[in-house]
Amino acid sequence: MTSMTETVPLVNSYRSGPDEDGHFGQYGGRYVAETLMPLILDVEKAYERVRGDPRFHAELKHYLAHYVGRPSPLYFAERLTEHLGGARLYFKRDELNHTGAHKINNCVGQILLARMMGKTRIIAETGAGQHGVATATVCALFNLPCIVYMGETDIQRQQPNVFRMKLLGAEVRPVTSGSGTLKDAMNEALRDWVANVDSTYYLIGTVAGPHPYPMMVRDFQSVIGREVRTQMMEAEGRPPDSLVACIGGGSNAMGLFYPFLDDPDVTMHAVEAAGHGLDSDKHPASLNGGRPGVLHGNKTYLLQDADGQIVEAHSISAGLDYPGIGPEHSWLFDTGRVRYVSITDAEALDAFQLCARLEGIIPALEPSHALAHVMRIAGDLPGDHLMVMNMCGRGDKDIFTVANALGVQI
Amino acid sequence: MDSRIDRRFESLRASRRGGLVTFITACDPDIETSFKLLSGMAQAGADLIELGMPFSDPMADGPSIQAANLRALAAGATLSKTLDLVRRFREGDNETPIVLMGYFNPIHTYGVDRFLRDAKGVGVDGLIIVDLPPEEDRELCLPALASGMRFIRLATPTTDDARLPTVLANTNGFLYFVAITGITGTRSASEEVVASAVTRLRRHTALPIAVGFGVKTPENASMVVRFADAAVVGSAIVDRIAAGIDAEGQVAPTMVDDVLGFVRQLADAVRATPRQAA
Repeated sequence: MTSMTETVPLVNSYRSGPDEDGHFGQYGGRYVAETLMPLILDVEKAYERVRGDPRFHAELKHYLAHYVGRPSPLYFAERLTEHLGGARLYFKRDELNHTGAHKINNCVGQILLARMMGKTRIIAETGAGQHGVATATVCALFNLPCIVYMGETDIQRQQPNVFRMKLLGAEVRPVTSGSGTLKDAMNEALRDWVANVDSTYYLIGTVAGPHPYPMMVRDFQSVIGREVRTQMMEAEGRPPDSLVACIGGGSNAMGLFYPFLDDPDVTMHAVEAAGHGLDSDKHPASLNGGRPGVLHGNKTYLLQDADGQIVEAHSISAGLDYPGIGPEHSWLFDTGRVRYVSITDAEALDAFQLCARLEGIIPALEPSHALAHVMRIAGDLPGDHLMVMNMCGRGDKDIFTVANALGVQI
Repeated sequence: MDSRIDRRFESLRASRRGGLVTFITACDPDIETSFKLLSGMAQAGADLIELGMPFSDPMADGPSIQAANLRALAAGATLSKTLDLVRRFREGDNETPIVLMGYFNPIHTYGVDRFLRDAKGVGVDGLIIVDLPPEEDRELCLPALASGMRFIRLATPTTDDARLPTVLANTNGFLYFVAITGITGTRSASEEVVASAVTRLRRHTALPIAVGFGVKTPENASMVVRFADAAVVGSAIVDRIAAGIDAEGQVAPTMVDDVLGFVRQLADAVRATPRQAA
């Protein structure tokens, strides 16, 4: 504590993670079978190379602008603002991206990386099907064979996306093991990868899995938050006061939050799905209802029983139905930088309907959870409070699920 | 520190033969049947036993062992019950080494220190934890080695000469070579791969080498021990357990004998195989 204090650089940053072994605090890391280790180290090396390569960024920027349609608008939701009677509410319109969700931002980045690595076969897992559709899309664009693992339960409730993936030329492989949802699809994708290491690139759709995926997916999604900063300066002349996003694995939330983590005046709310409620055994809220453990290549908060067996998640939204969460969120949860709250199926359904009627936007069930939290807090905030909610997906894929939940025959 | 594993490989070397390592999942299909299988294995000729710790999400395993994990969990398997099986086994057998194989999360939940103390206490000799590569050695590997537990590492066809020193840095007992790139119980190991891999691995380590994943028949096992110090058979044994269970989950009265009979055939084939000069 003598001369040290003068030479130690400022480490008071929330944006310095992960460390070189992929850890965010005690979370993250590389918990994979040895067969995959050399490959994961290759992905890491390749990503480190492109990260500082202006040609890569120019190519990425080209596809984001002309293929995805970025920047997505920052839209002042006037009628909802008036209805809630508090904060000025803005939607970041990532549902207007090509394929209808934020997932494509990451897929474009990773497919460019996979091509650079000389990989000839792409695999992915999907829950709601949005990541599967986005992966199938970029594989069609770059003429690469695409295999998407999807739980049988999710295939049943996301038929439109299954058909979309097939139209795009992907093979959708149903997964019947376990609960037939996202976690089982991820197990099966990892099994495929282990068996096909030479040819295959695993295009993970969220900020989870072994290092470097949580960092890489976060970086590719951070375009969301960077655009919000610029757009809010143009609209209001200052940065937002609060950010709200839903979290399953947590990629749209990391993408929105990351550029603002070191802005101490920006409050952040991440909204977990609570399914039938946190006091029920049918929810996917790994932070508010789980504890740290190791699954799918990383250490993070997980839903698990007293023996460390992974417990089935439940949510009306297939995209949030995962018993884990990205490791950086676990760290942000422990440090308290981000507030992690939860919203039930029923609350999300109410928000879904209100948004359709008041704004003419049918949101996906995933951001309907974020909106339900906005509805809970916005009214108590002053009229000059600037709130940005990430409208990370459109709801067309969910209309059958919602009709069913509302008892409507289509 | 003295270990049943080291003693067993020394005695195999002295008798100039390769060893047979058998795998079953603890508590599959139920605790009592699993105990009968475990306690009959050594009699049937297993030189070392790998006991799977049931996990809900066995990512490195193929359909046979996935199903075994689910049967065991449905029968009420927990890590404590797995350790209790070892304790009962040790009452009748203080020589045959037992290695627990599985995934880290149940151990993380149980608590690493408590797990190492209890596992050593009941007579576990080594650990193979599929999802703990050298990069995560601080979690369990280093405390396990410090406690005298053997920590066995997997080397795979993707583990090249540049990576092998990392894999071999904190390990002992034996080296487990995974003969296929893939999950358990799918493809068959080829003689060419096994022969060249064992030759390559021996340039890097003096540890005994066991070969598994894709070793399914007495002929496969015999081929493996021409080159390696031991052959590991897992899915093929677990398949015979599954074959002895009907659609209602009833265990056929002949199942245990069928499985142990297969182990006997494997052991006979291994014991009849002359060793290549090392």
